[in-house]
Amino acid sequence: MLAMNYRGPRRVRIDHKPMPTIKHPEDAIVRVTRSCICGSDLHLYNGNVPDTRVGVTFGHEFIGVVEEIGPEVHKLKIGDQVLVPFNIACGKCTFCQQGLYGNCHESNSQATAVGGIFGYSHTAGGYDGGQAEYVRVPYANFGPTVIPPDMDPDDAVLLTDVVPTGYQAAEMGGIQPGDTVVVFGAGPVGIMAARCSWLFGAGRVIVIDQVDYRLEFVRNYAPCEAYNFKEMDDPVVFIKKMTDWLGADVCIDAVGAEAAGSALQTITGRKLLIQAGSATALHWAINSVKKGGIVSIVGVYGPTDNLVPIGNVVNKGITIRANQASVKRLLPRLIEHIQNGILNPKAIITHRVPLEEVADAYNIFSNKLDNCIKPVLIPSAKG
Amino acid sequence: METIETKAKDYSHILGWGIDADAENDPTYPIRHRTDGTGQPIEQHGYNWERPQQQPIDVEVLRSIERPNVSAVFGTSTPPTGLSGQIRRFAFRFSESEYGHWLPLLIADRVNVIEGIVDDFKQGRTPNIFAEKGMKAAWKYNRKGLIQQALIGVAVTTAVIFLLSKKKER
Repeated sequence: MLAMNYRGPRRVRIDHKPMPTIKHPEDAIVRVTRSCICGSDLHLYNGNVPDTRVGVTFGHEFIGVVEEIGPEVHKLKIGDQVLVPFNIACGKCTFCQQGLYGNCHESNSQATAVGGIFGYSHTAGGYDGGQAEYVRVPYANFGPTVIPPDMDPDDAVLLTDVVPTGYQAAEMGGIQPGDTVVVFGAGPVGIMAARCSWLFGAGRVIVIDQVDYRLEFVRNYAPCEAYNFKEMDDPVVFIKKMTDWLGADVCIDAVGAEAAGSALQTITGRKLLIQAGSATALHWAINSVKKGGIVSIVGVYGPTDNLVPIGNVVNKGITIRANQASVKRLLPRLIEHIQNGILNPKAIITHRVPLEEVADAYNIFSNKLDNCIKPVLIPSAKG
Repeated sequence: METIETKAKDYSHILGWGIDADAENDPTYPIRHRTDGTGQPIEQHGYNWERPQQQPIDVEVLRSIERPNVSAVFGTSTPPTGLSGQIRRFAFRFSESEYGHWLPLLIADRVNVIEGIVDDFKQGRTPNIFAEKGMKAAWKYNRKGLIQQALIGVAVTTAVIFLLSKKKER
């Protein structure tokens, strides 16, 4: 089968790899029909996530058709069209029982801080991902969800990560009616976080980024105020001025390790890798939020350390909330929102690229070329 | 079912135990479920859940020393091999809290890149670095930037060669 093959930082290609096989009685093999490149895939692509091995296939946002099931799979049948949450969750461990499906303890041997994630390095379990024609899906009785027949596949594929992550970012903000919410980052997750902030009753939503075409998009899509930090002397002072000099009620970091805007953070976090990515967005979020406010983090960082103003967290009495999205927990509500026309995820898809051109797709997305917001890879064997 | 009252008996030797407990003081809401669908508290201690069946361990799986066992399922992509594999095995002697764990893994990743290129040549394949970097797309959508990058690269290389050859002459 054809699959994306990581060869080193900023080097990927399409290769023939062996077909995945059933390794566990609760496995399924899914023929991939759509697979996205996620902003967090860029951390892998740039070589920032430890234990990213040459030869691995990325991809944790995919949908497809069930081709084969293990002997203990009872909740799916061959031919089902499924969306597969990016978290690999058993549904049985103490964390899964508490709804913490992004923190499963039975899907990742290599690290205890994170559960298994498809195609996201050995630090997240060493699974091959869905940027391929076929993929092995563990715990098929629990994770994969049959796509409702009336749902557009483009909406379905975005339910595997982007929509739940953006929604949970807003949810973790504990937004109260009338709150001012600042979202750092106008990538797919930031766009979705801005849109979802309104669902929780935000009174004002402001997005900060440096890419004009994305700011233009989110301004219309969310809709919201959107500003380019390159045009500001200091984003924190800008936000203070915008909020009667007190700060926002809720700040959301929807950027993570690839943040621009600070030379020190960029050099130490993205070039020298002596911190776990550039923490510029988180730094700004902490300093822009009101005293007693809430900072919600969904931006992905590496597992080591970051330079953040933790003293200000204490002195301002900030509550920090963070997690990988618990996709399975949120799916029923989000499917309802899509079916009722409240959310329109597919509008963020800008590029449809044949799987064979995966290297070009990564270059376009990584360098924000051709007004790219969200690329979707389409395997030719999609049927 | 264990309630605050029954628990209080266990802690009766601690003056004031639980008198300010507040079930609403829960910053994990609604992410973490503290009760099941019937209102019963979800309480588990240690590894006492009904574990899923263990996937046969037929490839080398490196295990964090912060857990007692291999997870019930695991990825079988790219088991550790070669020099990078040796470095990864060394890294897994340390906990996830130690730089001794993460820094060797980053080094192993870089070593692995060279191993990948060597493997390609061994298989009679010359890696097409330009295609792997998606240069076709860069040429189509960012030609100016690409030419600029190339010119900077050539200028820096020329300057380094010039400086080195001057040093040699001395």
